[in-house]
Amino acid sequence: MAETQSSPIITFDKVNKWYGNNFHVLRDIDLSVAKGERIVICGPSGSGKSTLIRCINRLEEHQQGHLIVDGVELTDDIKAIDQVRKEVGMVFQQFNLFPHLTVLENLTLSPMWVGKLPKKEAEEKAMIQLKRVRIAEQANKYPLQLSGGQQQRVAIARALCLKPKIMLFDEPTSALDPEMIKEVLDVMIAMASEGITMLCVTHEMGFAKAVADRVIFMDQGQIVEQNNPHDFFNNPQSERSKDFLSKILGH
Amino acid sequence: MTSTTLFQPIAARPAPINTSGPVAWVKTNLLSDWKTSLSTLIISGLLLWYIPQLLSWAVFHATWVPNHEVCHNNHVGACWGLIAEKYRIIIFGRYPYEEQWRPLIATILLTGLLVLSCVRAAWKTWLPILWVVVFTVFFMLMYGNVLGLEKVETNRWGGLPLTILLSSVSLVLCFPIALVVALGRRSNLPAIRTFCTIYVELIRGVPLISVLFMASFMFPLFMPPGTDIDVLIRVLVGITLFAAAYMAEVIRGGLQAIPKGQVEAAATLGLSYWQTQRKIVLPQALAMVVPGIMNNFISTFKDTSLVTIVSLYELTGALKLGVNSDANWRPFIIEGYLFIALIYFVFCFSMSRYSRWVEKQVNKSKLR
Amino acid sequence: MSTDKPPHKKNYWSWRSQAFRGLLYQVLALAAICFVVWFLAHNTLVNMRNRGIQSGFDFLTQPSGFAIGESLYPFDSEEPYWHAFLIGISNTLRVAIVGIILSTMLGTLLGIGRFSRNALVRGLCLTYVETFRNIPVLLQLLLWYVVLTEVLPNSADAWQVGSVFLSKGGLNFPIPVWAAGQFWAAIGVLVGVIGFWFYRRWAIRQFEATGKPRSMFWVPVVIVIACSLLGWALGGAPIALNRPIKGDFSIENGGALTPEFLAVLIGLTLYTASFIAEVVRGGIASVPRGQGEAASALGLNRQQEMSLVMLPQALRVIIPPLTNQYLNLTKNSSLAVAIGYPDVVSIANTSLNQTGRAVECISLVMLVYLATSLATTLLMGWYNKRATIKER
Repeated sequence: MAETQSSPIITFDKVNKWYGNNFHVLRDIDLSVAKGERIVICGPSGSGKSTLIRCINRLEEHQQGHLIVDGVELTDDIKAIDQVRKEVGMVFQQFNLFPHLTVLENLTLSPMWVGKLPKKEAEEKAMIQLKRVRIAEQANKYPLQLSGGQQQRVAIARALCLKPKIMLFDEPTSALDPEMIKEVLDVMIAMASEGITMLCVTHEMGFAKAVADRVIFMDQGQIVEQNNPHDFFNNPQSERSKDFLSKILGH
Repeated sequence: MTSTTLFQPIAARPAPINTSGPVAWVKTNLLSDWKTSLSTLIISGLLLWYIPQLLSWAVFHATWVPNHEVCHNNHVGACWGLIAEKYRIIIFGRYPYEEQWRPLIATILLTGLLVLSCVRAAWKTWLPILWVVVFTVFFMLMYGNVLGLEKVETNRWGGLPLTILLSSVSLVLCFPIALVVALGRRSNLPAIRTFCTIYVELIRGVPLISVLFMASFMFPLFMPPGTDIDVLIRVLVGITLFAAAYMAEVIRGGLQAIPKGQVEAAATLGLSYWQTQRKIVLPQALAMVVPGIMNNFISTFKDTSLVTIVSLYELTGALKLGVNSDANWRPFIIEGYLFIALIYFVFCFSMSRYSRWVEKQVNKSKLR
Repeated sequence: MSTDKPPHKKNYWSWRSQAFRGLLYQVLALAAICFVVWFLAHNTLVNMRNRGIQSGFDFLTQPSGFAIGESLYPFDSEEPYWHAFLIGISNTLRVAIVGIILSTMLGTLLGIGRFSRNALVRGLCLTYVETFRNIPVLLQLLLWYVVLTEVLPNSADAWQVGSVFLSKGGLNFPIPVWAAGQFWAAIGVLVGVIGFWFYRRWAIRQFEATGKPRSMFWVPVVIVIACSLLGWALGGAPIALNRPIKGDFSIENGGALTPEFLAVLIGLTLYTASFIAEVVRGGIASVPRGQGEAASALGLNRQQEMSLVMLPQALRVIIPPLTNQYLNLTKNSSLAVAIGYPDVVSIANTSLNQTGRAVECISLVMLVYLATSLATTLLMGWYNKRATIKER
């Protein structure tokens, strides 16, 4: 249990979101994330799990309720959004590396153009992150020359370059071939032990068991159940959680 | 009970002769079945009959000397003597005869620049500067009035230099306009999106000739009273606005092909809208649409032939100018047209070959 | 939990709000555009006043004072300008519609020919496409006009096949004398087409019920021909033809196609066919090879494979660029002004020179083309919707 601070770093307060006029994708979400906590969010597809974490860095807008990230409430205010995005890093399912830039240029882009760091300093900091994800030797290659697992590790390093307090992972291993999933999970496990707050949407239950402080199960836009991994996997309370676990742990 | 035979690797052998090589090619491509063989027979028969006749007219019995009486007497061959006699007025228009070395050099410089810009190795920071330099030299040579060169008004510019000038200047000028319009069409702000859409759809719905008429007749009315706009500038503005609408559509296609995740990743890294467009979206989009941009350039190059109708004497107009007033050569205007067709063909065919080569390169770099 | 409607969005206005900034940019852009438009309009009015140019569309009701080379119905110089413009529009549509039909037929054959098993056919199609694509269309129109007016013989020595004459004066052919019989034949064609449609519906239903395929092409064609013949016979079976005969200076009587019309038609058809060939080729190439292989594995023969599997999918890719080519052909017909074919641009040009009303005449021309483009786009859009493959 990693609750070291009294005030949570992310607060969802009766957050609701609709797509268009008819699709109610997030229903009355109440959630508190403590600093340094590692959370895994799972659930069937279409349950709103990706939408939930995309609201945290305003890639999606919520229509009702309050969402407070690191003391800043997320609204239409541009300055607030910029401030939150500096503290929150994101890793995507499709990696979303910039194919026309080298790996090193991918990492130094934001520190140089947003953080206003001089090039040398940005490159030094980038190399530190690349070493951290054990891919420093590929610094001058282009993303399309790397394997999927290597690209995702570069994406993680790129997010880490901004020294975020919170890291969001949106199904980071779903697009990878099976033999590459392990190298990415290893990096995420190493990160977990360094005190950074992590929210991870994933189907990799092994990772949840190894690292998570809390597992949140979502279905049809609602948080159905949340518990520590041990109790969640061995003793699911709700019918829907039992149904879901039987499907994914079965084969 | 299983019997296992030891695996013996077989060395590669060449294919049997009737499945590869020229004989096999003929068999599969020309004589594969009776219908194909029949059509091969008929077509080869027709070709063998017509092609020698064509060659005889165009080459063997043709007149090459610039003597119109010999041409008149020659009823079985083409009269290329027209070209020999009139080539200078066709290629240079009404430019003064003694000064025609100036458009010659200017055209060679500009063509060389265009060819150079196609080579990937030249895509460095000094290329735009070179463009500015070459254009300045071009205008200095053509217009004169500096360095002791005699002044030549723009309405005497014509022929091939005019065609290349109009195509390349409109390409350079329409690009920024097209970029802004393409971005505007994809914007979230309804007023800007509507305006850009109206512009593009309006221009694409009308023929170039009406835009040229508008530029020629109406442009002087749009300017404050007393200003006199050069006819070349009017035509250039018309062609540029026209080409920009089509170019905007090409660029918009490239913008649409960039996955949304790229913009999202840039947003999570804290980049602003313009930073994202400049550093992430546009470099990828533009690299993708180079073949489309080339096609646009080829179309504009062909479209410059229309300025004949608004009294600028590019190749076609210059030919009519040179021949219509000269009764001796009038009957042979067809050969003149064929010559101009050849010039256009050479330019456009090379450009389309290049565009196809670029497309292959772009597709190759997509694979790992 | 029910899906309530989302709450009404409350914007708070400050410099830091996205909604506010968006609105501000739009207001600025609109202001800039309005200023430019005002500037241009103001200059135009001042210039026109200074030069004594009048404005307004009232000139359309005045007599035109010029003759038109060819038209679908009679026109003389007493008629008003708007009548002249109508004739121009009809001439444009005439050459555009015939051009679209002919170039589609030729272009499709060439496009399919690029996939022929015979290398010679492939090579010839490729040569055609590359040659006609890379020469400007204006040049091609001029070339054809010169060929038709210089190379063809005079009317006195016209080439003659039966009652059809080809000469510098154009193409002259016999046309039927209009009598009641033709009218009834036209009604017969209409009846035949309706019968065609009903027959096809019946044949499809029969096929689905019993599995026996009915002739979908020959029987309907026979129905149409039979009905039109019946109508013709009912109307008195007129066979009188207005044949052209060689007069003293030209060919008289009969129907005629002028060399201007022929030059524009041939030039536009050959030019556009080369582009349509590329579009068709791209469409057929876009259907994955696996589709053809799957069709063969299911036992379909080559004709069934083409019509049931390949063509419907290829059409989806072909229709948008094909629409573009039709629009291009219509717009390129405006070049007829360089040859003397009296299309709407040519009429506008003459009117402009006579009345000085540049703005009005050019706006009319642009309006005509915009309307045609819109109509064509809508028509092909309707056809496109029928051909698209439904996706999630």
